[in-house]
Amino acid sequence: MMSCRIVSLAFAGALAFTTVLGACGKKGDGNSESAGAQGTGDKCVSSGTKFEPASGVAIAASKTFERIKAASKVVVGVKADQPNLGYKDADGKRCGFDIEVAQLVASKLGVEPAKIEYKEIPSTNRETAIQGGEIDYYVGTYSITDQRKDKVGFAGPYFIAGQDLLVRKDEGSITGKDTLKGKKVCSATGSTPLQRVRKENLTDDANISEFKTYSECVSQLLDKKIDAVTTDDSILKGFAAQSPSKLKVVGQTFSTEKYGIGLPREDVAFRNAVDDIIENAAKDGTWKKIYDGTLGLSGSTATPPAVERY
Amino acid sequence: MLEFLHTLTRNWDIFSRGFFTTLKLFLVGTVGSLAVGTLLTTMRVSPVPIARAFASGYVSIIRNTPLTLIFAFLVFAAPKLGLDIAFEPAAYLALTVYTAPFICDALISGINTVPVGQGEAARALGMTFGQVLYLIVLPQAFRSVVPPLISMLNAMLKNTTVAAGFSVVEAGAIQAYLSERGENQVYTLLWITLGFLCFVVPLIVLQRYLERKWAVVR
Repeated sequence: MMSCRIVSLAFAGALAFTTVLGACGKKGDGNSESAGAQGTGDKCVSSGTKFEPASGVAIAASKTFERIKAASKVVVGVKADQPNLGYKDADGKRCGFDIEVAQLVASKLGVEPAKIEYKEIPSTNRETAIQGGEIDYYVGTYSITDQRKDKVGFAGPYFIAGQDLLVRKDEGSITGKDTLKGKKVCSATGSTPLQRVRKENLTDDANISEFKTYSECVSQLLDKKIDAVTTDDSILKGFAAQSPSKLKVVGQTFSTEKYGIGLPREDVAFRNAVDDIIENAAKDGTWKKIYDGTLGLSGSTATPPAVERY
Repeated sequence: MLEFLHTLTRNWDIFSRGFFTTLKLFLVGTVGSLAVGTLLTTMRVSPVPIARAFASGYVSIIRNTPLTLIFAFLVFAAPKLGLDIAFEPAAYLALTVYTAPFICDALISGINTVPVGQGEAARALGMTFGQVLYLIVLPQAFRSVVPPLISMLNAMLKNTTVAAGFSVVEAGAIQAYLSERGENQVYTLLWITLGFLCFVVPLIVLQRYLERKWAVVR
């Protein structure tokens, strides 16, 4: 009798699981319908900037550029799980601030957007992918650090972010990093923001949870299993812009992350050329246009940072 | 060489934490899966038809379910059903639920090596089902399947690394930490491999010892 009940329980569980999965899919569709006023939802929204490929581009003594020219395509490392930043929606469309920066660089190198081959590279494999020539350059919330400069080169920064907190809309008690005591915090496994929370003892160790992707953390946040997601504000704003009626970014950054475009370390000519592209985009207003149409949808403003050449 | 050593000493905090959690997962998983595996075996050979049906249903469903899916169910789907399990207990549960059917299968084949006459003789002496199974049949079944049992525990040891994806900081999470700290990836992975060897070697020694001690002389 007992086992009979267990069997039926197991079946009920399996059924419920399928229902939950189904419901998730539906919720996404519902969100995208009201994209204009109620955030972008799961759908890709582009800033509408046109990227015309430049002609007659030449970069002297750049192995990377020669490779791009010979293949007449460019291989770009990106992320795919950061809404409005580096994202790929269910229809396979890619969009977001980083994606459009990647398209901008490609167009200025003479490659049209259709000829870009995107490769999703997890954070932990970025250096390996650049060093091994698997990708030509990488645009995806890649913070410039001295340690990384030993392995790869960085053009930029093209954006300055800082660690912030994403909470539920009705959350009142979390107003900054010093109000995290006793709260449950989530971030990506081993990520710098997570290691900072642990090192600065912002909350008890038992209250820290970590998942492979931020979307898993956001799902836990919506399920009320955790109280805050922490990482760069750029990433958090992208999620907040997806469902502004449920989530908000606290807006008190407690670190500075300079996002750069990762490229082969020894190819200085290529690095300088990409630096020029970023600088020009900041001057002619392209940067602002890209920002306003992607991350800017969250309501926050930003200005292009000064490029730091080295 | 010095750099290789420093990769360990500089990051001892995360190495010790990670492997300690792996040890906990492994020990709890071993005890749990052996217990549940034995229970499933009991049900599969029991005279109660519903128990037999449940056990063989459980074994064939779980054996064909990826471990990651079991984890995902416990961590992501269960809260939506109002079932709130903390991350570490969820990992213990997932490993136990997943490994038990394999233990059960091995034990069944162990039971098949025990001559039928022994069970019949035990029943003829008036022993109950439980006494026949736990005093006569299972002890002999266990000793004849030591090698496959140890192999399964070995496989489970490696399966513990799945937990890293579900908010449990064990050895499988070390690579992510060290990559973010800018450490050499080859050295990192070598140290993780060496760490796992420290677990596997005692396991093999145990297997040899048990095989010698419990050798079935036929």
